Amino acid sequence: MADPKPANANKAAGPKTKAVKAATSGSSKSKAKPSATATGKIPMTLSVNGKSLKVEAFPMARLLDVLRESLDLTGTKEGCGEGECGACSVFMDGRLVNSCLVPVLQATTAKIVTIEGVADGNKLQPIQETFITEGGAQCGICTPGMILAAIALLKKHPQPTDAQIREGLSGNLCRCTGYMKIFDSVRVAAERALANEGASTP
Amino acid sequence: MRAYVPGYEMLAPKALDEALGLLAASPETLTPIAGGTDLMVLFECGRLPEGRYLSLWQLDELRGIDITDEFVTLGALTTYRDVRDHPLLQAEFPMLCAAAAESGAIAIQNRGTLGGNIINASPAADSPPALLAYDAEIELVKKGGARWVPYRGFHLDYKVMDKEPGELLRRVRLPRRKDEASWTHFYRKVGTRRYQAISKVCFAGLAQLDSKGAIKVVRIGLASVAPTVLAAVETETALIGQTPSAKLAAQARAAMAKDVTPIDDIRSTAEYRRHVSINLAGAFVDTLSG
Ligand SMILES: Cc1cc2nc3c(=O)[nH]c(=O)nc-3n(C[C@H](O)[C@H](O)[C@H](O)COP(=O)(O)OP(=O)(O)OC[C@H]3O[C@@H](n4cnc5c(N)ncnc54)[C@H](O)[C@@H]3O)c2cc1C
Ligand code: FES
Ligand code: FES
Repeated sequence: MADPKPANANKAAGPKTKAVKAATSGSSKSKAKPSATATGKIPMTLSVNGKSLKVEAFPMARLLDVLRESLDLTGTKEGCGEGECGACSVFMDGRLVNSCLVPVLQATTAKIVTIEGVADGNKLQPIQETFITEGGAQCGICTPGMILAAIALLKKHPQPTDAQIREGLSGNLCRCTGYMKIFDSVRVAAERALANEGASTP
Repeated sequence: MRAYVPGYEMLAPKALDEALGLLAASPETLTPIAGGTDLMVLFECGRLPEGRYLSLWQLDELRGIDITDEFVTLGALTTYRDVRDHPLLQAEFPMLCAAAAESGAIAIQNRGTLGGNIINASPAADSPPALLAYDAEIELVKKGGARWVPYRGFHLDYKVMDKEPGELLRRVRLPRRKDEASWTHFYRKVGTRRYQAISKVCFAGLAQLDSKGAIKVVRIGLASVAPTVLAAVETETALIGQTPSAKLAAQARAAMAKDVTPIDDIRSTAEYRRHVSINLAGAFVDTLSG
Protein backbone atom coordinates (compact mmCIF):
# COMPACT_ATOMS: atom_id res chain seq x y z
CA MET A 1 0.00 0.00 0.00
CA ALA A 2 1.64 3.24 -0.99
CA ASP A 3 0.80 4.88 2.26
CA PRO A 4 2.83 8.00 2.87
CA LYS A 5 3.04 7.92 6.65
CA PRO A 6 3.99 4.77 8.54
CA ALA A 7 3.37 5.95 12.07
CA ASN A 8 6.56 4.73 13.64
CA ALA A 9 8.82 5.62 10.80
CA ASN A 10 7.55 9.15 11.16
CA LYS A 11 8.19 9.23 14.85
CA ALA A 12 11.68 8.00 14.21
CA ALA A 13 12.36 10.91 11.91
CA GLY A 14 10.45 13.62 13.71
CA PRO A 15 7.17 14.99 12.46
CA LYS A 16 8.09 15.19 8.77
CA THR A 17 9.27 12.44 6.51
CA LYS A 18 12.91 13.18 5.93
CA ALA A 19 14.02 13.46 2.32
CA VAL A 20 16.12 10.52 1.30
CA LYS A 21 19.18 10.90 -0.88
CA ALA A 22 18.79 9.24 -4.24
CA ALA A 23 20.98 6.29 -4.97
CA THR A 24 22.86 6.81 -8.20
CA SER A 25 22.82 3.38 -9.77
CA GLY A 26 20.77 0.43 -8.53
CA SER A 27 20.42 0.55 -4.78
CA SER A 28 22.78 -2.17 -3.61
CA LYS A 29 25.56 -0.79 -5.79
CA SER A 30 25.53 2.64 -4.24
CA LYS A 31 28.88 3.52 -2.75
CA ALA A 32 29.02 3.76 0.99
CA LYS A 33 29.23 7.40 1.97
CA PRO A 34 29.64 8.36 5.59
CA SER A 35 26.20 8.61 7.10
CA ALA A 36 25.00 9.08 10.66
CA THR A 37 23.76 5.55 11.00
CA ALA A 38 25.55 3.63 8.29
CA THR A 39 27.24 0.48 9.46
CA GLY A 40 28.56 -0.40 6.04
CA LYS A 41 28.15 -3.69 4.28
CA ILE A 42 28.04 -6.72 6.46
CA PRO A 43 29.12 -10.25 5.58
CA MET A 44 26.24 -12.71 5.44
CA THR A 45 25.46 -16.16 4.14
CA LEU A 46 22.47 -16.84 1.96
CA SER A 47 21.09 -20.26 1.12
CA VAL A 48 20.11 -20.01 -2.55
CA ASN A 49 19.01 -22.96 -4.70
CA GLY A 50 20.56 -25.38 -2.24
CA LYS A 51 23.92 -23.62 -2.13
CA SER A 52 25.36 -21.67 0.73
CA LEU A 53 26.64 -18.37 -0.69
CA LYS A 54 28.66 -15.68 1.03
CA VAL A 55 27.93 -12.04 0.22
CA GLU A 56 28.59 -8.62 1.67
CA ALA A 57 25.58 -6.39 1.59
CA PHE A 58 23.88 -3.52 3.34
CA PRO A 59 21.26 -5.03 5.65
CA MET A 60 18.39 -3.08 4.04
CA ALA A 61 19.47 -3.91 0.46
CA ARG A 62 16.61 -5.58 -1.38
CA LEU A 63 16.98 -9.33 -1.76
CA LEU A 64 16.19 -8.70 -5.44
CA ASP A 65 19.31 -6.54 -5.90
CA VAL A 66 21.58 -8.90 -4.00
CA LEU A 67 20.42 -11.84 -6.13
CA ARG A 68 20.83 -9.99 -9.39
CA GLU A 69 23.88 -7.85 -8.74
CA SER A 70 25.97 -9.65 -6.14
CA LEU A 71 25.09 -13.24 -7.02
CA ASP A 72 24.53 -12.79 -10.77
CA LEU A 73 21.20 -14.57 -10.58
CA THR A 74 19.50 -12.36 -13.12
CA GLY A 75 16.58 -14.69 -13.77
CA THR A 76 14.69 -12.83 -11.06
CA LYS A 77 13.34 -9.66 -12.69
CA GLU A 78 12.30 -6.25 -11.49
CA GLY A 79 9.04 -4.81 -12.77
CA CYS A 80 7.52 -2.36 -10.35
CA GLY A 81 9.72 -2.54 -7.27
CA GLU A 82 6.69 -2.19 -5.03
CA GLY A 83 5.03 -5.54 -4.64
CA GLU A 84 2.46 -5.17 -7.39
CA CYS A 85 3.78 -7.12 -10.36
CA GLY A 86 5.42 -10.34 -9.13
CA ALA A 87 8.33 -10.23 -11.62
CA CYS A 88 10.71 -10.48 -8.65
CA SER A 89 9.04 -13.54 -7.08
CA VAL A 90 11.23 -16.08 -5.30
CA PHE A 91 10.54 -18.75 -2.71
CA MET A 92 11.61 -18.16 0.88
CA ASP A 93 11.23 -21.35 2.92
CA GLY A 94 8.84 -22.66 0.30
CA ARG A 95 6.63 -19.57 0.31
CA LEU A 96 6.31 -17.24 -2.65
CA VAL A 97 7.47 -13.70 -1.80
CA ASN A 98 8.28 -10.51 -3.68
CA SER A 99 12.06 -10.15 -3.38
CA CYS A 100 11.79 -6.41 -4.02
CA LEU A 101 10.13 -6.06 -0.62
CA VAL A 102 12.54 -8.24 1.37
CA PRO A 103 15.47 -6.60 3.15
CA VAL A 104 18.31 -9.05 2.57
CA LEU A 105 19.11 -9.39 6.27
CA GLN A 106 15.67 -11.00 6.76
CA ALA A 107 16.51 -13.57 4.10
CA THR A 108 19.63 -14.88 5.81
CA THR A 109 17.63 -17.32 7.91
CA ALA A 110 15.66 -18.72 4.96
CA LYS A 111 16.11 -21.23 2.19
CA ILE A 112 15.74 -19.26 -1.02
CA VAL A 113 14.80 -20.73 -4.38
CA THR A 114 14.93 -18.60 -7.53
CA ILE A 115 13.90 -19.46 -11.09
CA GLU A 116 17.47 -20.72 -11.67
CA GLY A 117 16.80 -23.42 -9.08
CA VAL A 118 13.63 -24.76 -10.68
CA ALA A 119 14.96 -26.91 -13.52
CA ASP A 120 17.14 -29.90 -12.79
CA GLY A 121 20.14 -29.09 -14.97
CA ASN A 122 18.74 -29.02 -18.50
CA LYS A 123 15.67 -30.97 -17.48
CA LEU A 124 12.79 -28.54 -17.28
CA GLN A 125 9.89 -28.91 -14.88
CA PRO A 126 6.53 -29.71 -16.55
CA ILE A 127 5.25 -26.17 -15.92
CA GLN A 128 8.31 -24.75 -17.69
CA GLU A 129 7.66 -27.08 -20.64
CA THR A 130 4.05 -25.98 -20.96
CA PHE A 131 4.98 -22.29 -20.88
CA ILE A 132 6.96 -23.12 -24.02
CA THR A 133 4.45 -25.40 -25.72
CA GLU A 134 1.39 -23.25 -24.93
CA GLY A 135 3.04 -19.90 -25.69
CA GLY A 136 2.87 -18.69 -22.09
CA ALA A 137 5.98 -16.53 -22.51
CA GLN A 138 6.54 -13.64 -24.89
CA CYS A 139 9.05 -10.99 -23.81
CA GLY A 140 9.81 -13.11 -20.77
CA ILE A 141 9.99 -10.43 -18.10
CA CYS A 142 7.03 -11.79 -16.14
CA THR A 143 7.83 -15.43 -16.89
CA PRO A 144 10.16 -16.37 -14.00
CA GLY A 145 7.67 -14.94 -11.52
CA MET A 146 4.72 -16.51 -13.32
CA ILE A 147 6.37 -19.92 -13.23
CA LEU A 148 7.17 -19.67 -9.53
CA ALA A 149 3.63 -18.48 -8.78
CA ALA A 150 2.29 -21.36 -10.89
CA ILE A 151 4.44 -23.83 -8.95
CA ALA A 152 3.08 -22.44 -5.66
CA LEU A 153 -0.45 -22.69 -7.05
CA LEU A 154 -0.07 -26.27 -8.29
CA LYS A 155 1.43 -27.31 -4.97
CA LYS A 156 -1.67 -26.00 -3.18
CA HIS A 157 -4.22 -27.00 -5.85
CA PRO A 158 -2.78 -29.74 -8.10
CA GLN A 159 -5.95 -29.59 -10.23
CA PRO A 160 -6.85 -25.91 -10.03
CA THR A 161 -10.15 -24.45 -11.18
CA ASP A 162 -10.01 -21.42 -13.48
CA ALA A 163 -10.84 -19.22 -10.51
CA GLN A 164 -7.97 -20.72 -8.52
CA ILE A 165 -5.58 -20.13 -11.41
CA ARG A 166 -6.65 -16.51 -11.63
CA GLU A 167 -6.28 -16.02 -7.91
CA GLY A 168 -2.96 -17.85 -7.75
CA LEU A 169 -1.50 -15.64 -10.46
CA SER A 170 -3.27 -12.43 -9.45
CA GLY A 171 -0.06 -10.95 -8.05
CA ASN A 172 1.78 -11.42 -11.35
CA LEU A 173 1.25 -8.92 -14.12
CA CYS A 174 2.01 -9.58 -17.78
CA ARG A 175 2.07 -6.88 -20.41
CA CYS A 176 2.38 -9.18 -23.42
CA THR A 177 0.33 -12.34 -23.45
CA GLY A 178 -3.09 -11.18 -22.35
CA TYR A 179 -2.91 -13.98 -19.74
CA MET A 180 -4.95 -16.57 -21.65
CA LYS A 181 -1.90 -18.50 -22.82
CA ILE A 182 -0.44 -18.34 -19.33
CA PHE A 183 -3.65 -19.81 -17.90
CA ASP A 184 -3.50 -22.48 -20.63
CA SER A 185 0.09 -23.30 -19.67
CA VAL A 186 -0.97 -23.92 -16.09
CA ARG A 187 -4.05 -25.89 -17.12
CA VAL A 188 -2.08 -28.12 -19.47
CA ALA A 189 0.61 -28.73 -16.85
CA ALA A 190 -2.11 -29.83 -14.41
CA GLU A 191 -3.73 -32.08 -17.06
CA ARG A 192 -0.39 -33.71 -17.88
CA ALA A 193 0.33 -34.29 -14.20
CA LEU A 194 -3.06 -35.98 -13.86
CA ALA A 195 -2.48 -38.11 -16.97
CA ASN A 196 0.95 -39.15 -15.69
CA GLU A 197 -0.53 -40.05 -12.34
CA GLY A 198 -3.19 -42.13 -14.08
CA ALA A 199 -0.50 -43.85 -16.14
CA SER A 200 1.65 -44.71 -13.15
CA THR A 201 -1.11 -45.83 -10.76
CA PRO A 202 -2.66 -49.13 -11.91
CA MET B 1 13.79 8.24 -6.48
CA ARG B 2 15.42 5.28 -4.79
CA ALA B 3 16.49 5.08 -1.20
CA TYR B 4 20.15 5.52 -0.24
CA VAL B 5 20.83 2.01 1.05
CA PRO B 6 23.87 2.72 3.23
CA GLY B 7 21.71 5.11 5.23
CA TYR B 8 19.80 2.25 6.84
CA GLU B 9 20.96 0.12 9.71
CA MET B 10 19.11 -2.99 10.76
CA LEU B 11 19.20 -4.98 13.96
CA ALA B 12 17.85 -8.51 14.05
CA PRO B 13 17.76 -9.77 17.64
CA LYS B 14 16.98 -13.45 18.18
CA ALA B 15 14.73 -13.03 21.20
CA LEU B 16 11.84 -10.74 22.16
CA ASP B 17 13.53 -9.69 25.40
CA GLU B 18 16.54 -8.51 23.47
CA ALA B 19 14.32 -6.63 21.03
CA LEU B 20 12.50 -4.90 23.88
CA GLY B 21 15.82 -3.95 25.45
CA LEU B 22 16.97 -2.36 22.20
CA LEU B 23 13.69 -0.49 21.89
CA ALA B 24 13.90 0.72 25.49
CA ALA B 25 17.36 2.11 24.77
CA SER B 26 16.16 4.11 21.75
CA PRO B 27 12.36 4.17 21.67
CA GLU B 28 12.17 7.19 19.35
CA THR B 29 14.80 6.20 16.82
CA LEU B 30 14.45 2.47 16.31
CA THR B 31 11.59 1.46 14.01
CA PRO B 32 10.25 -2.10 13.86
CA ILE B 33 9.96 -3.83 10.52
CA ALA B 34 7.97 -7.05 10.23
CA GLY B 35 7.10 -8.37 6.74
CA GLY B 36 8.14 -5.06 5.18
CA THR B 37 5.19 -4.96 2.76
CA ASP B 38 4.35 -1.41 3.82
CA LEU B 39 7.80 -0.09 4.74
CA MET B 40 9.70 -1.51 1.74
CA VAL B 41 7.27 0.18 -0.65
CA LEU B 42 8.25 3.49 0.95
CA PHE B 43 11.90 2.44 0.81
CA GLU B 44 11.67 1.79 -2.90
CA CYS B 45 10.34 5.25 -3.67
CA GLY B 46 12.78 6.98 -1.35
CA ARG B 47 10.21 7.97 1.27
CA LEU B 48 11.35 5.72 4.12
CA PRO B 49 13.34 7.80 6.60
CA GLU B 50 16.96 6.71 6.88
CA GLY B 51 17.96 5.41 10.26
CA ARG B 52 17.81 2.33 12.42
CA TYR B 53 15.33 -0.49 11.93
CA LEU B 54 14.53 -3.44 14.15
CA SER B 55 13.69 -6.61 12.28
CA LEU B 56 10.93 -8.61 13.98
CA TRP B 57 10.59 -11.30 11.29
CA GLN B 58 12.97 -13.74 13.03
CA LEU B 59 11.20 -13.48 16.43
CA ASP B 60 9.36 -16.77 16.84
CA GLU B 61 7.82 -15.48 20.07
CA LEU B 62 5.65 -13.21 17.90
CA ARG B 63 4.37 -16.10 15.76
CA GLY B 64 1.76 -18.77 16.18
CA ILE B 65 -1.98 -19.10 16.68
CA ASP B 66 -3.06 -20.38 20.13
CA ILE B 67 -6.51 -21.65 20.95
CA THR B 68 -8.20 -21.84 24.34
CA ASP B 69 -11.91 -22.21 25.18
CA GLU B 70 -12.18 -18.46 25.52
CA PHE B 71 -9.83 -16.96 22.95
CA VAL B 72 -7.98 -17.43 19.71
CA THR B 73 -4.68 -15.57 20.11
CA LEU B 74 -2.62 -14.62 17.06
CA GLY B 75 1.02 -13.53 17.25
CA ALA B 76 1.71 -10.13 15.67
CA LEU B 77 3.75 -11.83 12.92
CA THR B 78 0.80 -13.99 11.85
CA THR B 79 0.65 -13.56 8.09
CA TYR B 80 -2.43 -13.29 5.90
CA ARG B 81 -1.53 -16.74 4.62
CA ASP B 82 -1.54 -18.15 8.18
CA VAL B 83 -4.94 -16.55 8.80
CA ARG B 84 -6.68 -17.67 5.63
CA ASP B 85 -5.41 -21.25 5.89
CA HIS B 86 -6.47 -21.75 9.53
CA PRO B 87 -9.48 -24.09 9.90
CA LEU B 88 -10.71 -22.72 13.24
CA LEU B 89 -10.44 -19.13 12.04
CA GLN B 90 -12.35 -20.10 8.89
CA ALA B 91 -15.11 -21.61 11.03
CA GLU B 92 -15.40 -18.93 13.70
CA PHE B 93 -13.89 -15.75 12.26
CA PRO B 94 -14.66 -15.99 8.54
CA MET B 95 -14.54 -12.22 8.01
CA LEU B 96 -10.92 -12.09 9.12
CA CYS B 97 -10.13 -14.92 6.71
CA ALA B 98 -11.98 -13.14 3.92
CA ALA B 99 -9.98 -9.97 4.61
CA ALA B 100 -6.74 -11.97 4.58
CA ALA B 101 -7.65 -13.77 1.36
CA GLU B 102 -8.36 -10.45 -0.37
CA SER B 103 -5.36 -8.50 0.92
CA GLY B 104 -2.76 -8.19 -1.80
CA ALA B 105 -2.02 -11.39 -3.70
CA ILE B 106 -0.31 -14.60 -2.59
CA ALA B 107 3.22 -13.22 -2.30
CA ILE B 108 1.99 -10.29 -0.19
CA GLN B 109 -0.09 -12.67 1.92
CA ASN B 110 3.03 -14.71 2.67
CA ARG B 111 4.83 -11.70 4.14
CA GLY B 112 2.20 -9.17 5.24
CA THR B 113 1.43 -9.49 8.95
CA LEU B 114 -1.57 -8.72 11.11
CA GLY B 115 0.65 -6.66 13.42
CA GLY B 116 2.00 -4.62 10.52
CA ASN B 117 -1.51 -4.00 9.21
CA ILE B 118 -2.63 -2.69 12.61
CA ILE B 119 0.41 -0.52 13.42
CA ASN B 120 0.76 0.87 9.91
CA ALA B 121 -2.61 2.40 10.88
CA SER B 122 -3.84 3.01 7.38
CA PRO B 123 -7.51 4.01 7.47
CA ALA B 124 -7.88 1.78 4.40
CA ALA B 125 -6.45 -1.38 5.99
CA ASP B 126 -8.52 -4.50 5.46
CA SER B 127 -8.16 -6.59 8.62
CA PRO B 128 -9.24 -3.90 11.13
CA PRO B 129 -12.96 -3.94 10.20
CA ALA B 130 -13.12 -7.65 11.02
CA LEU B 131 -11.01 -7.15 14.17
CA LEU B 132 -13.40 -4.40 15.30
CA ALA B 133 -16.46 -6.53 14.58
CA TYR B 134 -15.00 -9.47 16.50
CA ASP B 135 -14.08 -7.27 19.51
CA ALA B 136 -10.37 -8.00 19.27
CA GLU B 137 -8.00 -7.09 22.07
CA ILE B 138 -4.33 -6.39 21.50
CA GLU B 139 -1.32 -6.80 23.73
CA LEU B 140 1.36 -4.11 23.75
CA VAL B 141 4.69 -4.94 25.32
CA LYS B 142 7.74 -2.96 26.32
CA LYS B 143 10.70 -3.71 28.52
CA GLY B 144 9.29 -4.51 31.94
CA GLY B 145 5.62 -4.25 31.03
CA ALA B 146 2.72 -5.56 29.02
CA ARG B 147 -0.88 -4.42 28.67
CA TRP B 148 -3.98 -5.70 26.94
CA VAL B 149 -6.23 -3.06 25.42
CA PRO B 150 -9.47 -3.32 23.45
CA TYR B 151 -8.75 -2.75 19.76
CA ARG B 152 -11.76 -0.44 19.67
CA GLY B 153 -10.27 2.79 20.89
CA PHE B 154 -6.70 2.02 19.82
CA HIS B 155 -6.70 4.30 16.77
CA LEU B 156 -7.12 7.84 18.08
CA ASP B 157 -6.74 9.88 14.91
CA TYR B 158 -5.08 9.60 11.50
CA LYS B 159 -1.96 7.50 12.21
CA VAL B 160 -2.21 8.28 15.94
CA MET B 161 -2.47 5.29 18.24
CA ASP B 162 -2.71 4.55 21.94
CA LYS B 163 0.83 3.23 21.81
CA GLU B 164 4.00 4.50 23.41
CA PRO B 165 7.24 4.76 21.49
CA GLY B 166 9.17 1.60 22.24
CA GLU B 167 6.05 -0.53 22.61
CA LEU B 168 5.65 -3.51 20.33
CA LEU B 169 2.41 -5.14 19.38
CA ARG B 170 2.84 -8.68 20.60
CA ARG B 171 -0.44 -10.44 19.87
CA VAL B 172 -4.09 -10.06 19.07
CA ARG B 173 -6.83 -12.08 20.68
CA LEU B 174 -10.35 -12.73 19.56
CA PRO B 175 -13.04 -13.82 22.04
CA ARG B 176 -14.72 -17.04 20.86
CA ARG B 177 -18.51 -17.09 20.66
CA LYS B 178 -20.90 -19.89 21.51
CA ASP B 179 -23.59 -21.25 19.16
CA GLU B 180 -21.79 -20.42 15.92
CA ALA B 181 -24.90 -21.10 13.85
CA SER B 182 -26.84 -18.24 15.48
CA TRP B 183 -24.41 -15.57 14.23
CA THR B 184 -24.40 -13.68 10.95
CA HIS B 185 -21.08 -12.50 9.47
CA PHE B 186 -21.45 -9.93 6.70
CA TYR B 187 -18.20 -8.88 4.99
CA ARG B 188 -17.79 -6.74 1.88
CA LYS B 189 -14.61 -5.30 0.40
CA VAL B 190 -15.37 -2.82 -2.35
CA GLY B 191 -12.36 -2.06 -4.55
CA THR B 192 -11.42 -1.66 -8.18
CA ARG B 193 -10.07 -5.18 -8.56
CA ARG B 194 -10.56 -8.31 -6.49
CA TYR B 195 -6.90 -8.80 -5.57
CA GLN B 196 -4.04 -6.41 -4.94
CA ALA B 197 -6.39 -3.42 -4.76
CA ILE B 198 -6.78 -1.12 -1.80
CA SER B 199 -10.37 -0.85 -0.59
CA LYS B 200 -12.67 2.01 -1.40
CA VAL B 201 -14.85 0.79 1.45
CA CYS B 202 -14.48 -2.30 3.61
CA PHE B 203 -17.38 -3.38 5.85
CA ALA B 204 -17.52 -6.14 8.46
CA GLY B 205 -20.78 -6.71 10.35
CA LEU B 206 -21.44 -9.34 13.01
CA ALA B 207 -24.82 -9.96 14.64
CA GLN B 208 -26.75 -12.43 16.74
CA LEU B 209 -30.52 -12.54 17.04
CA ASP B 210 -32.28 -13.68 20.22
CA SER B 211 -35.01 -16.34 20.30
CA LYS B 212 -37.65 -13.71 19.48
CA GLY B 213 -35.72 -12.48 16.45
CA ALA B 214 -34.46 -9.23 17.98
CA ILE B 215 -30.83 -8.18 17.56
CA LYS B 216 -29.02 -9.24 20.71
CA VAL B 217 -25.44 -8.41 19.69
CA VAL B 218 -24.26 -6.28 16.78
CA ARG B 219 -20.77 -5.14 15.89
CA ILE B 220 -19.75 -3.21 12.77
CA GLY B 221 -16.26 -2.23 11.62
CA LEU B 222 -15.38 -0.19 8.53
CA ALA B 223 -12.32 1.00 6.66
CA SER B 224 -11.72 3.87 4.23
CA VAL B 225 -14.62 5.95 5.54
CA ALA B 226 -12.90 8.09 8.21
CA PRO B 227 -9.41 9.25 9.31
CA THR B 228 -9.03 5.90 11.09
CA VAL B 229 -10.63 2.52 10.74
CA LEU B 230 -13.98 2.88 12.41
CA ALA B 231 -16.41 1.11 14.72
CA ALA B 232 -19.87 2.20 13.54
CA VAL B 233 -21.19 3.00 17.01
CA GLU B 234 -24.21 5.07 15.89
CA THR B 235 -25.38 2.25 13.66
CA GLU B 236 -24.81 -0.38 16.34
CA THR B 237 -26.84 1.71 18.81
CA ALA B 238 -29.68 2.09 16.31
CA LEU B 239 -29.84 -1.67 15.78
CA ILE B 240 -29.40 -3.18 19.21
CA GLY B 241 -32.61 -4.71 20.62
CA GLN B 242 -34.53 -4.09 17.38
CA THR B 243 -36.10 -6.62 15.07
CA PRO B 244 -34.74 -6.56 11.52
CA SER B 245 -37.22 -5.12 9.01
CA ALA B 246 -37.29 -2.76 6.06
CA LYS B 247 -37.92 0.07 8.50
CA LEU B 248 -34.90 -0.89 10.58
CA ALA B 249 -32.77 -1.05 7.43
CA ALA B 250 -33.75 2.56 6.73
CA GLN B 251 -32.78 3.51 10.29
CA ALA B 252 -29.45 1.74 9.89
CA ARG B 253 -28.81 3.74 6.72
CA ALA B 254 -29.58 7.00 8.49
CA ALA B 255 -27.33 6.09 11.41
CA MET B 256 -24.48 5.07 9.10
CA ALA B 257 -24.66 8.50 7.47
CA LYS B 258 -23.71 9.89 10.89
CA ASP B 259 -20.93 7.37 11.52
CA VAL B 260 -18.85 7.99 8.41
CA THR B 261 -16.71 11.02 7.50
CA PRO B 262 -15.05 9.93 4.26
CA ILE B 263 -12.71 11.94 2.08
CA ASP B 264 -11.88 12.23 -1.62
CA ASP B 265 -8.60 10.61 -2.62
CA ILE B 266 -6.97 8.91 -5.59
CA ARG B 267 -9.01 5.75 -5.08
CA SER B 268 -12.48 7.16 -4.72
CA THR B 269 -14.65 10.09 -3.73
CA ALA B 270 -16.19 10.94 -0.37
CA GLU B 271 -19.63 10.88 -1.98
CA TYR B 272 -19.18 7.37 -3.37
CA ARG B 273 -17.82 6.05 -0.08
CA ARG B 274 -20.70 7.57 1.84
CA HIS B 275 -23.23 5.96 -0.52
CA VAL B 276 -21.57 2.57 -0.41
CA SER B 277 -21.30 2.48 3.38
CA ILE B 278 -24.94 3.52 3.74
CA ASN B 279 -26.03 0.86 1.24
CA LEU B 280 -23.95 -1.77 3.02
CA ALA B 281 -25.58 -0.88 6.37
CA GLY B 282 -28.97 -1.42 4.75
CA ALA B 283 -27.89 -4.64 3.07
CA PHE B 284 -26.53 -5.95 6.38
CA VAL B 285 -29.94 -5.46 8.07
CA ASP B 286 -31.69 -7.01 5.04
CA THR B 287 -29.48 -10.07 5.46
CA LEU B 288 -30.53 -10.32 9.11
CA SER B 289 -34.21 -10.25 8.24
CA GLY B 290 -33.50 -13.19 5.95
C1 LIG C 1 1.03 -4.89 -3.49
C2 LIG C 1 0.48 -4.67 -2.12
C3 LIG C 1 -0.85 -4.92 -1.87
C4 LIG C 1 -1.39 -4.70 -0.60
N1 LIG C 1 -2.71 -4.96 -0.42
C5 LIG C 1 -3.27 -4.71 0.79
C6 LIG C 1 -4.66 -4.93 0.99
O1 LIG C 1 -5.39 -5.36 0.09
N2 LIG C 1 -5.19 -4.64 2.21
C7 LIG C 1 -4.41 -4.18 3.23
O2 LIG C 1 -4.94 -3.92 4.32
N3 LIG C 1 -3.08 -3.96 3.08
C8 LIG C 1 -2.51 -4.23 1.88
N4 LIG C 1 -1.16 -3.98 1.69
C9 LIG C 1 -0.38 -3.39 2.78
C10 LIG C 1 0.43 -4.35 3.66
O3 LIG C 1 0.68 -5.56 2.98
C11 LIG C 1 -0.28 -4.66 4.98
O4 LIG C 1 -0.56 -3.49 5.68
C12 LIG C 1 0.55 -5.62 5.86
O5 LIG C 1 -0.28 -6.20 6.82
C13 LIG C 1 1.72 -4.93 6.54
O6 LIG C 1 2.40 -5.89 7.34
P1 LIG C 1 3.99 -5.99 7.32
O7 LIG C 1 4.37 -6.96 8.36
O8 LIG C 1 4.46 -6.24 5.97
O9 LIG C 1 4.35 -4.49 7.78
P2 LIG C 1 5.73 -3.68 7.79
O10 LIG C 1 5.90 -2.97 6.51
O11 LIG C 1 6.84 -4.53 8.27
O12 LIG C 1 5.38 -2.64 8.95
C14 LIG C 1 4.28 -1.74 8.85
C15 LIG C 1 4.25 -0.82 10.07
O13 LIG C 1 3.96 -1.53 11.26
C16 LIG C 1 5.01 -1.42 12.22
N5 LIG C 1 5.05 -2.74 12.86
C17 LIG C 1 4.99 -3.95 12.23
N6 LIG C 1 4.89 -4.93 13.14
C18 LIG C 1 4.89 -4.34 14.36
C19 LIG C 1 4.78 -4.84 15.70
N7 LIG C 1 4.63 -6.14 15.96
N8 LIG C 1 4.81 -3.95 16.73
C20 LIG C 1 4.94 -2.62 16.49
N9 LIG C 1 5.03 -2.10 15.25
C21 LIG C 1 4.99 -2.95 14.19
C22 LIG C 1 6.21 -0.99 11.44
O14 LIG C 1 7.10 -0.25 12.24
C23 LIG C 1 5.58 -0.14 10.35
O15 LIG C 1 5.29 1.16 10.84
C24 LIG C 1 -0.57 -4.22 0.44
C25 LIG C 1 0.79 -3.98 0.20
C26 LIG C 1 1.33 -4.19 -1.06
C27 LIG C 1 2.77 -3.93 -1.31
S1 FES D 1 9.31 -5.93 -8.85
FE1 FES D 1 8.71 -6.88 -7.03
S2 FES D 1 6.59 -7.06 -7.29
FE2 FES D 1 7.15 -5.90 -9.01
S1 FES E 1 5.61 -12.11 -21.43
FE1 FES E 1 6.11 -10.02 -21.44
S2 FES E 1 5.36 -9.36 -19.55
FE2 FES E 1 4.59 -11.34 -19.68
